[in-house]
Amino acid sequence: MGRAIRQAPGRAPRTTRSLAHARFLLALTLAVVGLVLIVMLAVTIGPANVSLAQVSGSILGHLGLGATGTDSGAVPLLIDSIVWELRLPRVLTAAIVGAGLAVSGAVMQSVTRNPLADPYLLGLSSGASLGAVCVVILGVGFALPAAAFLGALAALFATLSIARVGGTITPARAVLAGLAIAQLAGAGTSFIIFWSAKGDSYREILNWLLGSVAGATWNSVIISGTALALVGTGVVLAATRLDAFAFGDTAAASLGINVNATRWALLGSVALLTGAMVAVSGAIGFVGLILPHLVRGLSGPSHRRLLPLVAVCGALFLVVADTLARTIFDPRELPVGIITAFIGVPVFIVLIKRKKSSAWS
Amino acid sequence: MVVAVPGSTAGVVIENLSFSIDEQVILAGVSASVAAGTVTGLLGPNGAGKSTLLRLVGGLATPASGSVTLGGDEIGAMPRREAARRIALLEQNTAPSVDLSVEDVVLLGRIPHRTRLLGTFGGDDDRAVAAESLAAVGAGELVDRMWHTLSGGQQQRVQIARALAQRPSLLLLDEPTNHLDVSAQLSLLSQVGGLGTTAIMALHDLNLAAAFCDHILLLQDGKLVAAGTPAEVLVPEIIGEVYGVECDIIEHPRDGHPVIVFSAPRTAVAPMRAAASA
Repeated sequence: MGRAIRQAPGRAPRTTRSLAHARFLLALTLAVVGLVLIVMLAVTIGPANVSLAQVSGSILGHLGLGATGTDSGAVPLLIDSIVWELRLPRVLTAAIVGAGLAVSGAVMQSVTRNPLADPYLLGLSSGASLGAVCVVILGVGFALPAAAFLGALAALFATLSIARVGGTITPARAVLAGLAIAQLAGAGTSFIIFWSAKGDSYREILNWLLGSVAGATWNSVIISGTALALVGTGVVLAATRLDAFAFGDTAAASLGINVNATRWALLGSVALLTGAMVAVSGAIGFVGLILPHLVRGLSGPSHRRLLPLVAVCGALFLVVADTLARTIFDPRELPVGIITAFIGVPVFIVLIKRKKSSAWS
Repeated sequence: MVVAVPGSTAGVVIENLSFSIDEQVILAGVSASVAAGTVTGLLGPNGAGKSTLLRLVGGLATPASGSVTLGGDEIGAMPRREAARRIALLEQNTAPSVDLSVEDVVLLGRIPHRTRLLGTFGGDDDRAVAAESLAAVGAGELVDRMWHTLSGGQQQRVQIARALAQRPSLLLLDEPTNHLDVSAQLSLLSQVGGLGTTAIMALHDLNLAAAFCDHILLLQDGKLVAAGTPAEVLVPEIIGEVYGVECDIIEHPRDGHPVIVFSAPRTAVAPMRAAASA
């Protein structure tokens, strides 16, 4: 039979594949190095002049690797406390939140096979904000991250229930349902803040609805970092199962994946991750939408490569966006969500134009 | 000869299988057996229950009653991963825009054979299996192409290669020739026959079934109404009964298998009838 003969024996896919792997490793290395540099650089930027050497001196001192306090060669105490108590927690929180939202978006896009899936567009972030505000303003007896998680989970459940018609969820219906839930949760958040009005309500509303890491402390770093470490490890371990969703539920099931259990476990993890991110930063939009699309070109579709790279790039992106947010109108600050929306909405438009048939069917 | 794809093949026994959704009976008491290494065509009008039967045989749905065994093991009792190592099911092509390379698509078929956490992805062994599977469907030269740039026939071939990469002993195909041109239909089905793996495929085209299947199962309203070789099942009385169309059977001039020649429906204008019922 002819088919055995038709094989071209001389082709060399191995080369192109190892090239792709080398390109991925290069991209990941550059992104990690870039992230470390950008984090340090971002810490130097602000009203008080701080040098890169002082930043690294202060960090090394606190890590027990350099001179501290009044030792000779130590960073001046005022500078040290600006770096360690004010700026570093904020920059690190931005990095962790950026990573967490980007990972959340990547997982949601794969599990729902919806290129427009994103914790913000599907209402999870607004739901988490509402949950967080209930705790912060009303003093309900819940831990803040737990309340944000419950809010994100409730919003996810509501969005998917509304979007589900006749057993199927189309990407377009999911986005529309997410919009409705986000509006409702946003209205609830604003209502609660106004109702309990004391002091600067507008700023507080803006921070929860548009997102900001201005108030970040080491506590924020610990909350968001723990969630990112736990959920991030979990989804990377599930990377192969995420790959199996590429051709839809039946294909995944015929590859031995328990589709429903896997989907709900992953979406639940994403709600947890989003909840923890929103608890420390409010609802920052579009990071989860745009980063996975930008990074897939570098990493390829395999989630074992996509997820680590999208996390590092998400961190980079949000650190830069937050630095812009606090410097453009210095000394006033923009909520960082305004910056991410200015960048994210054009990308969103490109996506719905480019993927018009698949995204809206 | 055929590029052999290793992996044992096994026969299927379907016993008294029933399935319903919301009180509506989709399949009622279907019993049949499929010999190892044969190609079986699953025929029947729209809504006869073909896709449901494939899903039940593939272990993707749980029957209301009855059982399916593969090589003596009950499919419903197998863990999903175990079933995925032995059965590959291809639904109708629904994902033309997936952004993967052909090799990545075929490598998906290795997922059931990997360790549950962080299985080696795209390791050398998996890639060798992927290359073999592509070669088995004559698509070896497509390995570096992007999925969405392929023609419908090429996509369907690559999907079958993905299924073969699972090293299944049973291949289930739902309308594999849908949307393919005639040349792609013929080469695809002859390749399925050449694999040596037990295959059950739902088909709409009775003539393709007659040409490429060893055995036919004919479904109507969820019941098995006929089973046997194409020559036994594809006769004017049965086809008329099930599909409500008139036809004649002639012998294929070269290969000798039955060829069904359809006539216009009974409800058509009168002059047609004389010719049809000759």
